[in-house]
Amino acid sequence: MTPFQLVKPEELAYLLPELILVGTLIWSLLLELILRPRQSRFPVAGFTLLGLLAAAVADLRLLGEPARTLFSGMIVRDDFAIIFQLLAAFAAGLVVFASIWTREVSDQPTAGQGEYYLLILGATIGMFFLVAAQNLLMLYLSMELLSLPSYLLVAWPKRSRPATEAGIKYVVYGAGASCAMIYGISLLYGLSGSLELHDLNAYVAGLSDQTALPVATFLVALLLTLAGFLFKIAAFPLFQWAPDVYQGAPTPITAFLAVGSKAAGMGALLRFLYLGLCVRGSADLFTALGGLHWPMLIAVISALTMTAGNLIALAQTNAKRLLAYSSIAHAGYILMGIPLLSVAGLTAVIFYLAVYLVMNLGAFLSVIMLENQGLPPEIKNYRGLGARSPAIAIAFSVFLFSLTGIPPLGGFIGKFYLFAALIQGRLYWLAVVGVLNSVVSLYYYANIVRRMFLEKPLDETPVPASPMLRGLLAVLALITLALGLYWIPLYQLVEFAASTLGL
Amino acid sequence: MIPATHILAVGAALFCLGLFALLSRRNAVAVFMGIELMLNAANLNFVAFNQARPEALDGQVAAVFVIMLAAAEFAVALALILSLHQMFHCVHLDEADEMKG
Repeated sequence: MTPFQLVKPEELAYLLPELILVGTLIWSLLLELILRPRQSRFPVAGFTLLGLLAAAVADLRLLGEPARTLFSGMIVRDDFAIIFQLLAAFAAGLVVFASIWTREVSDQPTAGQGEYYLLILGATIGMFFLVAAQNLLMLYLSMELLSLPSYLLVAWPKRSRPATEAGIKYVVYGAGASCAMIYGISLLYGLSGSLELHDLNAYVAGLSDQTALPVATFLVALLLTLAGFLFKIAAFPLFQWAPDVYQGAPTPITAFLAVGSKAAGMGALLRFLYLGLCVRGSADLFTALGGLHWPMLIAVISALTMTAGNLIALAQTNAKRLLAYSSIAHAGYILMGIPLLSVAGLTAVIFYLAVYLVMNLGAFLSVIMLENQGLPPEIKNYRGLGARSPAIAIAFSVFLFSLTGIPPLGGFIGKFYLFAALIQGRLYWLAVVGVLNSVVSLYYYANIVRRMFLEKPLDETPVPASPMLRGLLAVLALITLALGLYWIPLYQLVEFAASTLGL
Repeated sequence: MIPATHILAVGAALFCLGLFALLSRRNAVAVFMGIELMLNAANLNFVAFNQARPEALDGQVAAVFVIMLAAAEFAVALALILSLHQMFHCVHLDEADEMKG
């Protein structure tokens, strides 16, 4: 335990991205109060976007510097955290941008429009701290800082029965999972005598010498703590909230939960597992500590998550619900790389998360654009869309094929690295489960494409779209395509970041 | 001084009671009372484990943070329960179950 010391000024320079976001939050709150009677949507949203951009730039400037722990080991600024913070800022920025032109959001009463963007910003600050937390209490607090605004955002549309239902379900599930997690953390604290991940690591290293009672308590504590993470990334067995919440929430928020929240939760899970329960060996390999077979547990969770997600997705008729199950399945794919305990597996996980972020945001953006034009997200409404709105239909197909993992799109490269790492790590059964699942998922993704291009439309009127969203959609589709053709720079960046974890 | 094991037993009992309330109650307010019990179980653990290391305060600090967080969480939950009452005219969780698939 280091003695308490005041914040050193030089530490603050390393906290610049978070400070920028907090400053933006405070100033947009004031802006919202000043502008409240009039339209506060554009100024607050624009200011939020500027803040996110500035935070991303500040993050980029810190990239490549040696890792530094701040505030007596509470948080660490390493390249691993920076990569996840950049992903979080990217996701939040796109969601804010898309929300400005989303009818579901802008049709709400004008008073309080700014609050929506404030809440997104608050959740983003939570994500920034979550992926940098190195202390269990800090980790828990930042996870709650991400959760609390998310609950409110889900239920944000006033007088909407689905949104209210989604919000109440989310808060009940979320509060339950967070209670389990903090109880688990309190037991881990009692066993290891500290809240720091490094001390947890030291305790686990000596676990095999302990008697049966501490070992049993430790396993219970570990499972309870994992519950919090599994809830956040919507993995088996805590994924039942996801379809209802994703369906009832405003679509930009659904996208935010499906990519931002999931990526941040995954980042925190990676740090918890690799820093707390692993030692760094030679040749880019980690070793699980204390005879604990947690990698096998994660492998089984991964297989069950993707199988459950894909099988239930087959029966869906609502596009948002379908994308919810698809995002559960993708949590399973992403988890595949974790049990390998190698830098190759870790790189594949982060690379896939980055690609998943782009293609899934694109898929949700397509849903938003169709909803804007009065097409509710039922798959039957999408029939003949190829004739009515070729641009949206083609972009939507690109994202869906990329989610399936068809070359030459980004999703294929991401899956390729995951499976390559699995083969390299000799986890053949999981690779087989993953491939089979990808085949199953082709059915429901291709089903939407089939309806859009091979079925006759109900009416021939073209579906217009706002130029802003159209431009954003084109950019996302191009990135998805580009990542399938020239992915090396991103891969090298991610590999570099992954190799800094656990140093 | 009360031995730590006694406190831990009370904590575990509280956690189980809270979990039981969470799983069995229909009323949203009662569910959140259960959640409060579970959070307090964690607080008891933090404080009890801190007894073993009187030179450090991290357990007590954690407990204070969790208390603050419970208040914030409950404020958000109550806002959502109010909204539930407006839309569904009751605070029963199983009434709000219209989305299926």
